[in-house]
Amino acid sequence: MKVTVCIGSSCHLKGSRQVVEQLQSLIAENQVGDRVELGGTFCMGHCQDGVCVTVDDALHSVSPEIVSDFFKTQVLEKL
Amino acid sequence: MRKFDTKVQHLKYKVLREVARQAWNNTLLENALDIPKIIVPGKTPTMRCCVYKERAILAERVKIAMGGDHNNPNVIEVIDIACDECPVGGYNVTESCRGCLAHRCEDVCRRGAITFDSQQKAHIDKSKCVDCGMCAKVCPYSAIMNQKRPCERSCKVKAISMDESKAATIDNNKCISCGACVYQCPFGAITDKSYILNVIDIIKKSRRDDGYKVYAVVAPSISSQFTYAKLGQVVSGIKKLGFHTVVEAALGADLVAFSEARELSEKGFLTSSCCPAFVYFVKKQFPDLAEYISHNLSPMAAIAKYIKESDPECKIVFIGPCTAKKMEVTEERVHNYVDTVITFEELQALFDSRDIDITMLDEDVLDNASYYGRIFARSGGLSDAVAEALKEQGLDDFDLKAVPCDGIEACKIALLKASKRILDGNFIEGMACQGGCIGGAGCLTHGEKNKADVDRYGKEAMEKNIADAISQIK
Repeated sequence: MKVTVCIGSSCHLKGSRQVVEQLQSLIAENQVGDRVELGGTFCMGHCQDGVCVTVDDALHSVSPEIVSDFFKTQVLEKL
Repeated sequence: MRKFDTKVQHLKYKVLREVARQAWNNTLLENALDIPKIIVPGKTPTMRCCVYKERAILAERVKIAMGGDHNNPNVIEVIDIACDECPVGGYNVTESCRGCLAHRCEDVCRRGAITFDSQQKAHIDKSKCVDCGMCAKVCPYSAIMNQKRPCERSCKVKAISMDESKAATIDNNKCISCGACVYQCPFGAITDKSYILNVIDIIKKSRRDDGYKVYAVVAPSISSQFTYAKLGQVVSGIKKLGFHTVVEAALGADLVAFSEARELSEKGFLTSSCCPAFVYFVKKQFPDLAEYISHNLSPMAAIAKYIKESDPECKIVFIGPCTAKKMEVTEERVHNYVDTVITFEELQALFDSRDIDITMLDEDVLDNASYYGRIFARSGGLSDAVAEALKEQGLDDFDLKAVPCDGIEACKIALLKASKRILDGNFIEGMACQGGCIGGAGCLTHGEKNKADVDRYGKEAMEKNIADAISQIK
């Protein structure tokens, strides 16, 4: 599974760094590093909905506050 | 508010804008020859002896706007017919000559070139003078001056001389492509090749992200430019041109600061590598010191590498103040990452070729880098960033003695000392342009406030330290 976080300017200002950091530690905690590839990209073209995160090709809007829920429902359960 | 410092820049801009307009409309091939007449219509000359000479020179400018002479590897070119053959002057007696009795000038001149008029004032017979300068040295009134051409005077690496026809000529073995002469020539006879056509072609073929994405990587000195608008409006304008997004080269600078600090602490002595003109200077004039040039990519190339790795199909255009970056991008280890380079001057021409008035646009945001990455744009910023990066990586027991060199002459002094092992320092920050990148030849304007603009922009960065800025791209 490929999880990509937008780190473009707009998402960065909305907390993409916190999202990346939380995802990194959740992936480590759940020991799914071998099955989840975490990456970054500059701008997904949906700046209004930031922080933009894609799981494979599906787009999600993920604020730093809801990262753990998002990780559970959209990443862990779909592995 | 003014858009350019000089009328030479404005003329160059008009040519670039017109070439770009025709290119967007796919009419460049049929209309390229008409562009000089579009810019200089009518019969009254405003710049040169006649409109025909003006148009002949403009035709040369059009060629350079379209990429210039492919046989010349240098991005800096002389338009020989535009060179006004300024009085080479050389040594001349000025009004300060008091007509003294001693005539030391006459005694010292081995060529017999000094004569005196009825008031005992000295004159130099140019047919005999060989510009040795002895007369100027011995004159007690410093009344004999060496009048150099502006291009020669601006070229601190002594790459410019006169050919047989007295036109300026550039020695590519010495030239570091810094563009100082481009900015200083009062006739605009030396200019940098433009790659705006590459940019237009890249944007057209991208079909607005359907084909591939086009990223603009902008230099942090942009914060001192386009002062008639807001930075966010410049970002909007770049996107309106057809770029997918805009990324700060300063984030690459953050990456560079971190690895440069590590490299320095391991090796003990280093020069920076982010200014390409400085790097060419070391390689051409101090080849023995070349091994000490940091092995880091430049900030531009470092961030472009990251972008290309995450989006291999994309195209990347660097937009900055620098003519030497146009050379850097031809290097093997850089051209895989950065597709082409344009200057702020050329960006202004591209905006206007599409009739984009950035002052009318909404403000977009630009925030990728830390304070430290952003202040790379001015002299001393890189040294500050390396000091911070040492601290953040727990390497503060390394005793940093940075030598920030503001301009190529300062670089030369530091390198000379380093070559004799008498430099009081272990890190040379080399910036070829005065003030750092904000003094670059491709800047629209150069002013006292530019440094303060860069510092303010640095402080506006959301990330306050380097580690945070680069944490998400490691």
